Amino acid sequence: MDGDDVYHLHDRTPGVRHEEPTADFWTYTAGLGLAILLTVASFVVAQTNLLWAPGIAMGLIVLAFAQIGVHLVFFLHMGSGPDHTNNILALAFGMLIVFLVIAGSVWIIANLNTNMMAMPMNTPR
Amino acid sequence: MSLTSVADFVPAEAARGRGGGGPAPTRIVVAYGFWIFLLSDFILFSGMFAAYAALSDKTAGGPTGRELFDLRNVFIETVCLLFSSYTAGLGALAGERRRVDQFYLSAVFTFVLGAAFLVIECSEFAGMVGRGAGPSRSAFLSAFFTLVGTHGAHVTSGLLWFAYMVAQVAVKGFRPHVLQRLLCFSLFWHALDIVWIGVLTLVYLIGAR
Repeated sequence: MDGDDVYHLHDRTPGVRHEEPTADFWTYTAGLGLAILLTVASFVVAQTNLLWAPGIAMGLIVLAFAQIGVHLVFFLHMGSGPDHTNNILALAFGMLIVFLVIAGSVWIIANLNTNMMAMPMNTPR
Repeated sequence: MSLTSVADFVPAEAARGRGGGGPAPTRIVVAYGFWIFLLSDFILFSGMFAAYAALSDKTAGGPTGRELFDLRNVFIETVCLLFSSYTAGLGALAGERRRVDQFYLSAVFTFVLGAAFLVIECSEFAGMVGRGAGPSRSAFLSAFFTLVGTHGAHVTSGLLWFAYMVAQVAVKGFRPHVLQRLLCFSLFWHALDIVWIGVLTLVYLIGAR
């Protein structure tokens, strides 16, 4: 076992490809195609009444997550193999923090808004 | 492939991802460290997304997103960034294969598309400020300019970094450490695209309804 084969024994990193070179071009192109499809779908959903109106925001968020997944897999080359364990774990931790910050803030601020007493807006100073 | 056949191919000292086999090669360590940086960048943006989500309806009697956002422009911006990301990936690929012409071609596309994105964004900002909808108008607009502006600042620094990388390729050629930096750049560029998906969805598509 020599030369490039050494790399196959070690951890992988995001963005590094080990497939055949011709497969790589098509990986990017497939990712681009899917991303365009999802982008167009997002715009269509946002500007038409294809979805039930109250569900449009949720539909857009689902499409965004799908597109983030496409980017991670096709552009950043994240995989589920054992050589990606470190990267996936770091990603999972990052996503946990992102979720806590966003969902926690929205939750707390919504609570404060609900519980805030009516403020006199036009008091002369 | 069964466990025993894996054991046949992989020496015991090369156990993957679990600390076995000694220190990983530099390129693995560098790219992993850069990946951690990108995740911390996502966390930076999450604070701004949280602020925007909390403040998006606090318009203080000023213009709302519905009145301000032009989705046609936003669609062009999105396509620019997406194709820029695609050509950046192809550029990294050309670098790995030591194809100088292909690399420069995709570098031109990456740079021009990224710059086009910035030009559209700047003209959008200038138009908003010109209409009296600057960052000081309302909490909504403060959060908007902070979030979208920070993404734009990332794109700007990415473009500067990329110009610098192309110069390195021109001067030094595809040396291993130059390829390593190119890999980090393409990770950065793809990550910015991921942040843009969040901006597009939360700020523009949901905000313009």
